[in-house]
Amino acid sequence: MPGFVKKLVGAAVILVVLYAVSAAMSREGLFGFGLGAYESEVLMLVGINVILAVSLNLINGFTGQFSIGHAGFMAIGAYASAYFTVYHGQGLEQSLGGGTFAHALVFTVAILIGAVVAGVMGLLVGVPSLRLRGDYLAIVTLGFAEIIRIVILNLDVVGGATGFSVPGTVSFFWVGIVAVITIVVVHNIVKSDTGRALISIREDELAAEAMGVNTTRYKVLSFAISSAFAGVAGVLFGHFKRFLATPDFTFIKSFEVIIMIVLGGMGSITGAVLGAIVITILPELLRQLPSVGGFNFADLRLVIYAALLIVIMLTRPQGVLGEREIGLHWLRRAQKAPEGDRQVGDDSGVPIAQKPKAADQEGTGGGGQNR
Amino acid sequence: MTRGPEPGDVRATKEDGILAEAARTARSKEAASEGDFILRTEKATIRFGGLVAVNSLDMSVRRGEIYGLIGPNGAGKTTVFNLLTGVYKPTSGEIYFQGHRVDGLRPYEISRRGVSRTFQNIRLFAGMTVLENVMTACHRHARQNLLDAVFRTPRFAHDEREHRDFCMELLEIFNLGRFKDEGGTSLAYGNQRRLEIVRALATQPQLLLLDEPAAGMNPSEQDDLLNLIHQIRDRFGLTILLVEHNMKVVMGVCERIQVVDYGKSIALGLPHEIRNDPKVIEAYLGD
Repeated sequence: MPGFVKKLVGAAVILVVLYAVSAAMSREGLFGFGLGAYESEVLMLVGINVILAVSLNLINGFTGQFSIGHAGFMAIGAYASAYFTVYHGQGLEQSLGGGTFAHALVFTVAILIGAVVAGVMGLLVGVPSLRLRGDYLAIVTLGFAEIIRIVILNLDVVGGATGFSVPGTVSFFWVGIVAVITIVVVHNIVKSDTGRALISIREDELAAEAMGVNTTRYKVLSFAISSAFAGVAGVLFGHFKRFLATPDFTFIKSFEVIIMIVLGGMGSITGAVLGAIVITILPELLRQLPSVGGFNFADLRLVIYAALLIVIMLTRPQGVLGEREIGLHWLRRAQKAPEGDRQVGDDSGVPIAQKPKAADQEGTGGGGQNR
Repeated sequence: MTRGPEPGDVRATKEDGILAEAARTARSKEAASEGDFILRTEKATIRFGGLVAVNSLDMSVRRGEIYGLIGPNGAGKTTVFNLLTGVYKPTSGEIYFQGHRVDGLRPYEISRRGVSRTFQNIRLFAGMTVLENVMTACHRHARQNLLDAVFRTPRFAHDEREHRDFCMELLEIFNLGRFKDEGGTSLAYGNQRRLEIVRALATQPQLLLLDEPAAGMNPSEQDDLLNLIHQIRDRFGLTILLVEHNMKVVMGVCERIQVVDYGKSIALGLPHEIRNDPKVIEAYLGD
């Protein structure tokens, strides 16, 4: 089966690339080529932000429920997994015999714990709050995220206000793999019956219900999945930074993720990825603006950053990609002859009769069971 | 690969078989008992504050018939539809579908029991293609679950193919097949109305509710619509309940007509009876 082979080759290529980048980040470097600590950190944050943006897009972009509580679920994942690593991680690793494999296994467990705890929390928050719509939902999710943050701030078992040190290391390999898994999972959900149910809720809730979609159930489902991935991003963030403090998870972080998907295009997975990359790297690039005639433009980076966002919002309010996706199909479409402005036909005058009659005759013989 | 070169054709034959059979059973059941009502309301009432929008409405729709609900502007016709589909819960009274009480159920539950509808102001899913719009309505029959979708299991592939073929078949019947990749709301107005009907049919309902299907149509489109409604009923073995305003359409297609005014039923009967009923004339023309 060529499709299967294609997927395997794709997976292999991705693994090799991630491994190469990861090796380049390490102290030894890759064939003498190494990335500095600064570039490495930016790349790690890009990966983590991709996970956040793509997962938030599931609820905000595809289901159309405006949540601004993503940082709260990220915090839950980060702290829950950090708790596990700090209090049980080392012991478990030793009892497994130590080594790279044991470490990988323990870290996988940490990721799963982050995902499950954040997902369950998403479910608990989602059930009452997704009865609300629009602005009200946004405010409630914002409130819940802040509640989560304040509760964590007051938990002494995870360091409270002094912060929480997390032993561990995360290579870019982990971040990359999880980012790819997030993209694949969200893509597969969106392109399925579940995805159509989610998008139908975004487009018209009343019509979705009339077509048999349990809108409450699907809203909560997408919120929980989205939260679970935010939790995983939190796990990676915490183990990468090695120090957790609640100010990292204020609503400003939530807004940062929202900016990514709004910029890239709500309802586009590749748009979210693009947004995450741009929003993470852009402020860093602006830092390196030259000083001209004694005036340092880098000092204005926040102003320029804001101005750029405003310009993009004014010129492309639907985001850079809108609801479209970048992919191989772009190349295929480009090969086709340009169709021009094809008339999307008005043929409402054509009677519908022709086809049914023909089909009726061939159909009377068949029996067949219902679907 | 082993499923034959053109799965669509195989499926069409099967599907037509079922539909024809459903139509036959619908007829024979109707013949067997005059009292076989697919939909019944008993004193259905809904109040919005001080306004009684629907007042103690009794309605009995027979299996397989085309039933018209008419009335002047603001008579409460669409409210009745919203009661029947679960958008509103009646303040008092009962609604039965196929003998089971359905008032108080949520719209998706009623839809899953076999009631499908179109909307007065077209409500297609704007961000989806024509085909996706219709496939969304297959949700009720989906066998795939979330894990099937995430891991792309064979069950997922099979389920998707089955839905796609079924929906394409439906679209072809309504001459919309060639628009399958267009945006649902980029179609011409008449085609959007038909697409909404296709979408409603894709849930494979027993009862189809059409809310002012002729709204905004010119006379020639209305004629097509009359044909269409008859064809749908015969081909899919459905019962059709129709809210309409346009007398030509109502008289041309409905087998029985109920007239409501100020939320109350004022007349019920065959088209020619309704046409000559003094109470109806008064309601429409005033004193």
